[in-house]
Amino acid sequence: MMHRMFSVVIVVATIFFVCAPVFIAWAPYESTMGLVQKIFYFHVPSWAAMFVAAFVCGIASAVFLFRGRLISDRIAVASAELVVVFGLIGLVSGPLWARKAWGVWWQWDARLTMALVLWMIFIAYLLLREYGGPGSEKLAAGVALFGMANVPFVYWSVNVWRTVHPTTNVVPTLVPGMRGPLWWSLVGFLLLYVLAMMARVRLETQRAALEQIYRELDD
Amino acid sequence: MRRFFTVALLIMRKDLRVETRSRELFLTTLFFSVSTVLVFAFGFVRDGRPVENAVAGILWIAIAFAGTLALGRTFERERYHDVLRALLLAPVDRPAIYVGKLLGILALLAAVEVVIVPLVALLFQAPLFRQPILTFLLLSLGTLGFSAVGTLFGAMLVRARSRDVLLPVLLYPITIPVIIAGVRGIAVLLQPEVDVAMARAWIGMLVFFDVVFITLSLWTFEPVMTE
Repeated sequence: MMHRMFSVVIVVATIFFVCAPVFIAWAPYESTMGLVQKIFYFHVPSWAAMFVAAFVCGIASAVFLFRGRLISDRIAVASAELVVVFGLIGLVSGPLWARKAWGVWWQWDARLTMALVLWMIFIAYLLLREYGGPGSEKLAAGVALFGMANVPFVYWSVNVWRTVHPTTNVVPTLVPGMRGPLWWSLVGFLLLYVLAMMARVRLETQRAALEQIYRELDD
Repeated sequence: MRRFFTVALLIMRKDLRVETRSRELFLTTLFFSVSTVLVFAFGFVRDGRPVENAVAGILWIAIAFAGTLALGRTFERERYHDVLRALLLAPVDRPAIYVGKLLGILALLAAVEVVIVPLVALLFQAPLFRQPILTFLLLSLGTLGFSAVGTLFGAMLVRARSRDVLLPVLLYPITIPVIIAGVRGIAVLLQPEVDVAMARAWIGMLVFFDVVFITLSLWTFEPVMTE
């Protein structure tokens, strides 16, 4: 079952990623930014994938904490690692665009700061799991839950403090030619997330099974 | 409900009694935060005047650093002779233990702030007492939010390896809203034209943060502390 689903997702994701460059190339040029604006099709989907991953990690952590299901812990750790990966893509593509659009590499703006803080919380989560010793999964689940609750607070406080980044209501006002490729890339990135998460959860499950076999051998 | 508070107060009294006898935490934390303020003074004072808006930041960083140090040490104490495990084995509500520890930390940090706030006002010629009630609210609500998260993390890290490094690594990103609200709130009070409405907005945000995070801590303390 898992195998068949994995193969289907891999095929669909490949189609999305092969076609995406063509659609992005076809999309019209933005009037003031020109070619640089094409980072958009890469930048926005990577952040969207990161937020979905963070959300999944928070929910899975809560389930693990209160129900103790091992599978949800595996989903949580897989998602947390993907938060860091997608966040890194966003953090690299963002400044490249910002340098052209705003003239600076970084702005202490609500969205940027919130994304950075969220990214750091998930790095802290992985550090805790890596160096916290036995039993750190539960503690990490608590951290993920707190990290999720933190997002609106960071957003609100930095928003009051300062904002330059375009808001999400930019999307409906886009030229129709730009909207298609954006949604296409968005779905592509989300599929990539699902794919990577499935592979990572499977790895973790197999690792646990191996551990179990070793333990039985010792007994 | 009454039993809950009796237990919490008992734990706080235990912490305070240990502290009044040794004064270890108070003195070390206080001296540490004074040293932090001094280090910042060398960085942010130009021509005898502090850089604009630096004072609020210096004050909050001193408090956050002192808080981290105090949290680390107070739970290190609980590790000796497995005191925390004994507390968890006691037939009491687990959240009451959390509240007791939180109250102890708050009392300690309040004592440190009583010294450090006037000191910062004096050293940097900052009019921190022009709006005493708003300053007090910002400081106490901010300290409460910081300690609420810190107490939970400090308690859960007792069992973890490399806990000394992990506490600030986990605590600072999560308490960033407290630091932003605290620093911006104090900064608007220090402006030549005090912006009371803005300070109130930050206080409101801190209240909201405190309520959400204390609720979450009480809720997660039990499952997180269960081995």
